[in-house]
Amino acid sequence: MTDPARGPGSLPRRLAAVGLGGSLQRKLIWQFLAAAALAAVTLFLAIRVTADRAAEAAQDSVLAAATLALSEGLLAEDDELDLDLPPTVLSMLSAMGEDQVFYRVVLQGRTVTGYENLALPAAIPTGGEPVFYKTSLNGTPVRAASLTRTILFDGAQTDVQFALAQTRHGQAAIADAIARRAGFLGIGFFVLAVPMSLLAARAILGPIGQVADGVSRRGPQDLRPVAERVPPELAPFIAALNGFIRRLRLAHSRTETFIAEAAHHIRTPLSAIRAEAEVALHEAGDDNIRTRLRRVIRSAEECSRSASQLMDHALVMSRSDREVRGPVELGALLDGLIASMRPTADLRELSLRWRRPDEPVVVLGDRLLLETALRNILDNAIKYSNPDDAIDLLLEVSGREASVSVLDRGRGIAKADLASLAPRFQRGENVRDIVGSGLGLTMVTEVSDSHDGRFRLEPREGGGTCAHFSLPLA
Amino acid sequence: MRYLLVEDAVELAESVKDLLRLGGHAVDWSASLAEARDCLGGASYDLILLDIALPDGDGRRFLSELRRQGNATPVIMMTARSAVSDRIDALDGGADDYLTKPFDPAELEARARAVLRRRGGAASSTRQLADLSFDPLTATLTVAGDPRELRNREMRLFEVLIGAPNCIFSKDQLCDRLFSFAESVTENAIEVYVARLRRKLEGSCVRIETVRGLGYRLTLP
Repeated sequence: MTDPARGPGSLPRRLAAVGLGGSLQRKLIWQFLAAAALAAVTLFLAIRVTADRAAEAAQDSVLAAATLALSEGLLAEDDELDLDLPPTVLSMLSAMGEDQVFYRVVLQGRTVTGYENLALPAAIPTGGEPVFYKTSLNGTPVRAASLTRTILFDGAQTDVQFALAQTRHGQAAIADAIARRAGFLGIGFFVLAVPMSLLAARAILGPIGQVADGVSRRGPQDLRPVAERVPPELAPFIAALNGFIRRLRLAHSRTETFIAEAAHHIRTPLSAIRAEAEVALHEAGDDNIRTRLRRVIRSAEECSRSASQLMDHALVMSRSDREVRGPVELGALLDGLIASMRPTADLRELSLRWRRPDEPVVVLGDRLLLETALRNILDNAIKYSNPDDAIDLLLEVSGREASVSVLDRGRGIAKADLASLAPRFQRGENVRDIVGSGLGLTMVTEVSDSHDGRFRLEPREGGGTCAHFSLPLA
Repeated sequence: MRYLLVEDAVELAESVKDLLRLGGHAVDWSASLAEARDCLGGASYDLILLDIALPDGDGRRFLSELRRQGNATPVIMMTARSAVSDRIDALDGGADDYLTKPFDPAELEARARAVLRRRGGAASSTRQLADLSFDPLTATLTVAGDPRELRNREMRLFEVLIGAPNCIFSKDQLCDRLFSFAESVTENAIEVYVARLRRKLEGSCVRIETVRGLGYRLTLP
């Protein structure tokens, strides 16, 4: 009873009935991760290329200085050349590590000294500036620098080409070390990106979840438009949802108005039928006719009860989503209610006993709805009690809650029926012989739902039923 | 008791009038507020049965007008409309009670009695019979100066029997008067109440006699 079948709790389960496309969240996360992976690889490559370039540039500048020093070590005296390899050349080159160094000096196309295998650059350098190039020597890749110097040899200005080459092991080692670090950096970046993309996807999809939550937490009769603040991207969705809610509410209110009108139009002629039948029953002598008249009256009674309950139900439905809330003093409300029900109880010789706290018990609610709900509970107790029974009403305050308990000694409710009595037009298995519409408890449940209250029925110890209706205090 | 019935639905008014007369009351009927004003100008009533929707106005407005003029006649409102909201309106407007159409005549009777009891009684509701007096309003039976309180069904049973002393009422007839048609009761249920009433009548010369096969009757010495 406290968790009616149509309560908000069942909404997520109902999602299963919706056709599900690809999850937006999963899609977002995949996209984030792909972007992160791409970024990590790019980062790695960029660092790697930059490191290569930097290492190469460092080697080039050493090579340039060494080549220059080498070229300055060449002295020409008439027809004699003397190459004095300056010690700075070797010390400079040894700074690069365990690399081997090769050189070649070419005069007029002839190798004067050094490795003949060391290739000169394709374009012979001019103007004293070194040219850098890659080549290989005996199958080992080397980086080389070459420059041309003009010397006075044998009485003529002659160009001499110098080439200096170095293997690239040192450079490769530096580049590898940097690349390894770049690799770790890339992996680290990606690993960080995983939780970040999860968080980002959740943050982006958060507002959708909030709206869904807000809508699903609503009571079954709550047809107010959705007022949650949403990002502009969600606005069309909310507008469509609100449009739908508006149409639903219109349809709803038309139905309720129609039911109320119909019930109203049924009642007056029904009163005449009943009263006529009562008069006829007084006057009739024939047993057969009396039996038939009794049936007429019983049917009229049944019909009028249904009409009343339909109207009450229409009232509950039309008001529970409207905010007609104000402070309601339950003690006074119950006083009035009991006074108005007492004659009905007296007719069946039922005594109503009623206990309330001395101080006022104020809740925030719709007085009409609360009275309708409490009247239905009391009406049930009266209807299902046996003559001479007592019905006890208790108004109590415990913590932040006011609760009204109605205890009867009637035929009680079968355990199996407890949960199934809330839906409309459901009645217990053991009350088929008593007139009723099956709308009473539905109404009570709806009123309690719309007031954040609780309603439950329990079998009473020693026979009968306990109905508890509780509401948060104002 | 004298009732004023203000109701515009003719069929309903006719049958309610008949019902009240069967219950031993005098009834005047007005089909509009104007007629009701005329009646109230010429006679005094124990109780007014007032419909809410009348052709020449709203019964609730008529009631507050009545109260403003200082007329304190008890009023029971009748309506076919939504029970709770009208009830609150009617009671706030000075009505003594409220009935939703269609109503059980027994309930009307009970409510009328409750209203009159609250208001301090109608002119003279006490009936004398041999050595006992009976006040249906307070549900008291006085046997030779000894007051005895009757419970609701005992009182209604006695009311039926005292309405026609020496007349035989079948169990069936009595059941119809005592139980609502919405309840399912056996004819034997009446025996319980007859037995209780007999105990309350002890010491009186008035007795409830069982007429075998026919029912019960109230006998005087």
